[in-house]
Amino acid sequence: MKIEVRFFASLREALGSAEWFEHASAASVGEVRDILAARGGRYAEVLGRQRAVRCARNRVLCDESAPAAEGDEIAFFPPVTGG
Amino acid sequence: MARLGVSIQHGDFDLAAEVAALRESDGGVGAVVTFIGTVRELSDGARVSAMELEHYPAMTESAIEAMMGEAAARFDIRAARVVHRIGVLAAGEQIVLVAVASAHRGTAFQACEFLIDYLKTRAPFWKKETTGSGATWVDARVADDAALARWGIAAGDLAAPLDHMAAPPGRRDR
Repeated sequence: MKIEVRFFASLREALGSAEWFEHASAASVGEVRDILAARGGRYAEVLGRQRAVRCARNRVLCDESAPAAEGDEIAFFPPVTGG
Repeated sequence: MARLGVSIQHGDFDLAAEVAALRESDGGVGAVVTFIGTVRELSDGARVSAMELEHYPAMTESAIEAMMGEAAARFDIRAARVVHRIGVLAAGEQIVLVAVASAHRGTAFQACEFLIDYLKTRAPFWKKETTGSGATWVDARVADDAALARWGIAAGDLAAPLDHMAAPPGRRDR
């Protein structure tokens, strides 16, 4: 399964703005997060469970139980601060 | 159908021109409420020299359009307009405009507050402040989540589809 992962704000600064993610078994957005965090280093620092991370699937806010499917665009970012 | 419009732009906006456009050719408008957010010159006592606003280009407009649709469904408004700036802004500059027109003031006040509360907690923008001690990302405020909760929406409940939200709160004292 191949999906595009995008990062914004502090996560973008740590990890870059986007990357392709391939994994046989990631079934949800939360699992994608955990697999990325398990890489360690900066990934663990900014995506670990100790951090407040929000996510979107195909450009709509979602929670981590949302399914991750082939061709999805999944984004991770800090809580928003616009307005 | 309420007239709804959103712009995400680098340039500044003109409040008078935006209000005029909102009222134009609609004799039913009897109230216009506007909110403008600006770059604070002081943040926790530190002098802010600049603020940079990042967003999620493919998502921002559709997220705000969905919020405006929700506002139009909840409140009897005639028109609404959101302008949000991105890029580097100086202290004192305008960041965001929320303007709502309706027949009477009550719904315009409510819909305007609903929209800015919603935008602050669910539209994909991030602020980075530059002060004398460097540039830092602005932390989300718990108070913003609490503001959204007044409308029956949990900010943490990000999967809540817009059409399944709780009923609007009763009229509040002003």
